[in-house]
Amino acid sequence: MTTKKFMFVNRKAPYGTIYAWEALEVVLIAAAFEQDVSIAFLDDGVFQLKKGHQTKDIGVKAFEKTWGALEDYDVTKLYVAQESLAERGLTADDLAIPVEVLSRADIGKKMEEQDVLLSF
Amino acid sequence: MKFAILINEGPYTHQASDTAFHFAKAVLARGHEIFRVFFYHDGVNNATRLTTPPQDDRNIVDRWSKLATGSELDMVVCVAAAQRRGIVDDGEMKRNGKDATNLAPGFRISGLGQLVEAGIQADRIVVFGD
Repeated sequence: MTTKKFMFVNRKAPYGTIYAWEALEVVLIAAAFEQDVSIAFLDDGVFQLKKGHQTKDIGVKAFEKTWGALEDYDVTKLYVAQESLAERGLTADDLAIPVEVLSRADIGKKMEEQDVLLSF
Repeated sequence: MKFAILINEGPYTHQASDTAFHFAKAVLARGHEIFRVFFYHDGVNNATRLTTPPQDDRNIVDRWSKLATGSELDMVVCVAAAQRRGIVDDGEMKRNGKDATNLAPGFRISGLGQLVEAGIQADRIVVFGD
């Protein structure tokens, strides 16, 4: 099968809308198709990776633990926008898994290298 | 050029499906190919044949159906997103014990692998959403 470079661009908070969860479903399928997958977290998307999701009171399934499983799917290229973290008072230490923190400009360069960009 | 289209928003609430439709028509009019149109998130709501807008408004669902039958466009609705939102074909009705179907003509329900395949096969995949 042809392998292409797929980048998923996650821009939305983890709960409140379903975009983050349904984006994760596509990530897993793309990985199962053995594509070269990376994920960029921008804007409120950085909250998707924050440690300590507690969703019991809103009656929604938490998916924080799924990030830890990405490595099993060989999805290891996770880029987080430095400016988006800083704007929200976060640092890489607040995140549930190890990521590469890049400037927005550098994430832009990563985007230029992709064959397929899917933005959620 | 071979295009694929991803639509992530439902009809009427959001411009995404309208813009995608005009884009698809323009692509075909220019002699390009559309490998597939994939409907995801609330975009699956573009595929219910029960949509009944006021008479003086456009019928977004019918418009897609007519485009599909006129040009053999492959329009795929994500099964997981469709199940969540009650978009049902014969197979899904039987599998999930429902008593009705509502999938409009020209659409088919299938898996997310169809979106990934579209990304692989098309020269460009264009996303319409929020």
